[in-house]
Amino acid sequence: MTAETDAIVSVRDLQVRFQTTDRRATVKAVDGVNFDVRRGETFGIIGESGSGKTTIGRALVFLLKPSAGAILHGGIDPLALPRKQFQNHRRDYQIIFQDPNAALNPRMAILSSVLEPLELAGEGTRAERLARAREAMDRVGLPQEIGERYPHQLSGGQKQRVVIARALTLRPKLIVCDEVVAALDMSIRGDVLNLFADLQRELGLTYVFITHDLAVVSHISERVAVMYLGRFVELGPTEGISERPLHPYTQALLSAEPRPLPSSMRGGERIVLEGEIPSPIDPPSGCRFRTRCRYAQDVCADKVPEWRELMPDHWVACHFADHPNFSPQRG
Amino acid sequence: MAGARPAERGSDGGGGRPLMSVRGLGVRFRTSHGVWQATRKIDFDIAPGERVGIVGESGCGKTITGLSILRLLPNNLAGLDGSIRFDGVDLVSCSTRQMRDIRGRRIAMIFQEPMSALDPVFTVGHQIAETLRVHTGVSGEEARARTLEMLRRVGIASPERRIDDYPHQLSGGMRQRVMIAAALICGPQLLIADEPTTALDVTVQAQILELLRELSETSGTALMLITHDLGVVAETCTRMITMYAGEVIEDAAVDDALVKPLHPYTSGLLRSLPHLSERRGKLASIPGRVPSIMNMPNGCRFKARCPHAVDACAAEQELRDAGGGRKVRCARSAELDLPGALQHASSAPIAAMVAQP
Repeated sequence: MTAETDAIVSVRDLQVRFQTTDRRATVKAVDGVNFDVRRGETFGIIGESGSGKTTIGRALVFLLKPSAGAILHGGIDPLALPRKQFQNHRRDYQIIFQDPNAALNPRMAILSSVLEPLELAGEGTRAERLARAREAMDRVGLPQEIGERYPHQLSGGQKQRVVIARALTLRPKLIVCDEVVAALDMSIRGDVLNLFADLQRELGLTYVFITHDLAVVSHISERVAVMYLGRFVELGPTEGISERPLHPYTQALLSAEPRPLPSSMRGGERIVLEGEIPSPIDPPSGCRFRTRCRYAQDVCADKVPEWRELMPDHWVACHFADHPNFSPQRG
Repeated sequence: MAGARPAERGSDGGGGRPLMSVRGLGVRFRTSHGVWQATRKIDFDIAPGERVGIVGESGCGKTITGLSILRLLPNNLAGLDGSIRFDGVDLVSCSTRQMRDIRGRRIAMIFQEPMSALDPVFTVGHQIAETLRVHTGVSGEEARARTLEMLRRVGIASPERRIDDYPHQLSGGMRQRVMIAAALICGPQLLIADEPTTALDVTVQAQILELLRELSETSGTALMLITHDLGVVAETCTRMITMYAGEVIEDAAVDDALVKPLHPYTSGLLRSLPHLSERRGKLASIPGRVPSIMNMPNGCRFKARCPHAVDACAAEQELRDAGGGRKVRCARSAELDLPGALQHASSAPIAAMVAQP
């Protein structure tokens, strides 16, 4: 795909499988995904529930072990490192989740929570660690007196800031952000998205932004990957994806997004997909989207569509994406 | 069949008389810290067959307002003030018996999480037919036939198979369809839908919103859609009522509110939304946070966060008529020219086209 050198993360044929609780079936949560995350960019992954996007995020920071394939961090395979080195290495790759209430210990004062990763890493003196925790809180716009408080005394937006500050203390290179604004109220969401953008500029961070919210992902990302049932169906620059989507699923997703615009400005035909995402235990043969695709032909059931670069840096897995009669519905 | 219901009650359909008229509605709760006023001075009308969105952030009182209409309030209720005239009956003061007759038959409600609203030990067919049997006393056979027909209308494929399924055998989208079927089986005049698509994926959300709009149009059922999502309101409703800190602060046709909001809070919300077509710019945000229910400020409740606040905002604000069928609770609405969704959209030619007043 791209040159290995500017890739902070390279994912090669990643597969993650889970056993069902009765051990009779295997769920292919991620089934053969390839991509690079470039240094300093925001890489968005969108998909509906059950698409495997969260599983990818967890695998990227090795909270889950790949069943097959490889995840390289800056060209090296962390799993091949000795245990101690692996632990040190992981500090550079952090993850933040949707619900700050679940991420913060309700019985720990905020400053202790922010300090904890530093204590565990055992770096520097106590005074240095305190200074670094305070600096992180400062950076995310939290006044120092908040450090003495407990999670229940903070608003949702403040709690998410605490979680961000805690991830920053170890000075990571990359942060996986899994639905980080989904639980926040509308008026707060903008603030937190602005904070992510500011931190990236100041600290040169790389983000993998995982969300189901198209507006959020297109606002913050340089490139976006669209996931469906364990595979990427499309990957490209944000403008390309939102203005000239190549895959029928991306087109449907964009058209389904309810937009806060007056009726005269919404326009365009709305593609309403039939049915729901099939089970990842027994996904459809060939193209996995074919059961809900309005363009599906016989070939879609027989052959897995190739992952092709149809426009510069813009990849798609669809037999008909370059067909002349097949045009995006919006744009 | 269900399409015939509103015609049967044609008397209230014409003459522009509202189906429901809410005046001065307020809810007070008793807590260990004293009595809290959750909502107050709520005024709005819903016309027969009209689709109205109630929007606001968590804690603004939108769900409580929906529950107040059906008098489904928690035990620590300290008082329900004001009146809710529904088709000639005041729902605030009517007897429990009268309320029970209206609930489910003439006003139905669906919620965000269909799994917690459905009973896991009964088939979906049984649960839908139950509403019908309780309210109309039809025979079991007739109830089953009408349940099948209703399941077909809400878009469940092969309903004769699905009718005997248990809730856990259905997907999230199908469960919400079942809830809608149960809500509409008695042909209610008003359906209150509280965040009906928040738990669903965006492609399934589109299906359910389409279904609600279509059913409301064909059967004449008015829809009161409670949501935090302005996009959902824009796509589904004709009128939008914005709530903030327990009060209605703006009431206008959806397109008017989106193009030219009259309240600084509505404008702020619209500008803080990341837009599909726009990237990387600084998002506008509303500073501060919603005041606590324990410590509501006097006067305008938004003034501490409002960039346009002046001394006059310290006075109590009423929901005033702003002309053109719009209402707003803001001392300065007449002099302010607030940006809406359009100034925000990047698509300049379209914006220019629509910006013409």
